[in-house]
Amino acid sequence: MIRVENVYKSFAGRPVLQDVSLTIREGSTQAIIGRSGSGKSVLMKHIIGLLRPDQGRILVNHTDISKISYNELRKIRRQFGVLFQGGALFDSMDSFENVAFPLRTFTSKTDQEIRQEVQTCLDLVQLSNVGSKSTSALSGGMRKRIALARAIALRPRYIIYDEPTSGLDPETSNTINELIRNLARHLEITSIVVTHDMHSVLQIADHVAFIHDTRMHWTGTTEELHQSNDTILRSFVKANEYVIGTHHSPNSP
Amino acid sequence: MPLGVLRVAQPFMNIGRFTILMSSAFMSLRELKTYRQNTQIQMVRIGIESIPIVALAAAFSGAVTTVQTAYQLVSPLIPPKIIGAVVVPSLTMELGAVVTGFILSGRVGARIAAELGTMRVTEQIDALEAMGLNSIGYLIVPRVLAGILMVPVLYVAACVIGVLGGLAAAELTGVVSSAEFILGAREHFDTFGPYFGLIKSFVFGFLITAVSCHIGYFTEGGADGVGRSTTSAAVMSCVLILIADLVLAVLLL
Repeated sequence: MIRVENVYKSFAGRPVLQDVSLTIREGSTQAIIGRSGSGKSVLMKHIIGLLRPDQGRILVNHTDISKISYNELRKIRRQFGVLFQGGALFDSMDSFENVAFPLRTFTSKTDQEIRQEVQTCLDLVQLSNVGSKSTSALSGGMRKRIALARAIALRPRYIIYDEPTSGLDPETSNTINELIRNLARHLEITSIVVTHDMHSVLQIADHVAFIHDTRMHWTGTTEELHQSNDTILRSFVKANEYVIGTHHSPNSP
Repeated sequence: MPLGVLRVAQPFMNIGRFTILMSSAFMSLRELKTYRQNTQIQMVRIGIESIPIVALAAAFSGAVTTVQTAYQLVSPLIPPKIIGAVVVPSLTMELGAVVTGFILSGRVGARIAAELGTMRVTEQIDALEAMGLNSIGYLIVPRVLAGILMVPVLYVAACVIGVLGGLAAAELTGVVSSAEFILGAREHFDTFGPYFGLIKSFVFGFLITAVSCHIGYFTEGGADGVGRSTTSAAVMSCVLILIADLVLAVLLL
């Protein structure tokens, strides 16, 4: 279980997170939503320990990761897989080597075992035949899927998705959403999805946390989200529905 | 912090950040086994791949020094063998190390800063950290080690090729015969010269790689930030080589 307790963070005196608390249950898919610049990605970086809070605690399996040493933090990070917004693929390696990288670095598997493991990961993200392709030759959606294959290579306990569908067309977004849902089911992973895409949230999330103006404004299940009368939340959801509507409407200009 | 104070404090902040970065790199030497392969790759990129351009620069430095020494010194009262006595120490004590340093500032320093800068702005460094890898150990230690080990090797190659260039120029222009050139060089040879040059090249190797790693690792912004880092790395490396050259001359001569 991951618990974020009363986290406060500021950059150059400007608060970016204020009194943020959140509990992420084991095995669930938690969406963190909010406008651009609301503090979602900063919260995500706190959960993985890339940023330390000015105040408050981040507990991963009851360990406060804001207080532990760098080497202890590195051990905890190995329980996480992270899909970064742009994929963050290593451009000095081809697709296969990107997926193989964590296996070569952190396990003592033989080349044959690594090859099999990489193929399994590529099959899971439905990209079985692109292993030898350079990362620069991949489309945006393919890059995200290769990055996803790399993120699950070590079979992490938690996986964090930072804007998994941003910059993708609706069809590719649906493929990514489906993948996230399937991986959560097949690998029994706890997923944390940072996004402002409500279409994604409704497809994949069990729980939703809405950050507004650097504060945790609302938390609840996806069902509760539909029934909420909170005006700020409704306005955010409605704005997204409008965007989704214009994307899908055959009559849209 | 007011802008004026920030500008004054910036160089001190950079020195502090550089010191912390280098001490973190030093601490991660314990995990050198993990970074061995990466170190070998960097030794090839920094050392072996730089040989052609260093050889070209060294050959021309030796040739030009020979021709200019002949123009300035040789007269009916001074024997031609003095050319060898001037050119060889010039190469071993100064030109071999400094010319190699300048060439590598542009070739290696700029490359390191561009590589690390791009990795920073595309979240590849965050991805390494999120996997539980020590990014300083993985990216910086191999480059600095390769610089320290390979720049002295390049210095030796530059001296040998520089002397050969000087000999070739002497023969081709007819200012002195090879035999007299070698005789002059041997008669006035001081073993401290090569040692002094080796110490210099070792220091230059550290400065070029460490400063470029620092600038690249802390790149901010997108393509513009990478461009600024690349230029800064080349310029800063050249400036530090000049300062270190003077400091070492004052301290060791």
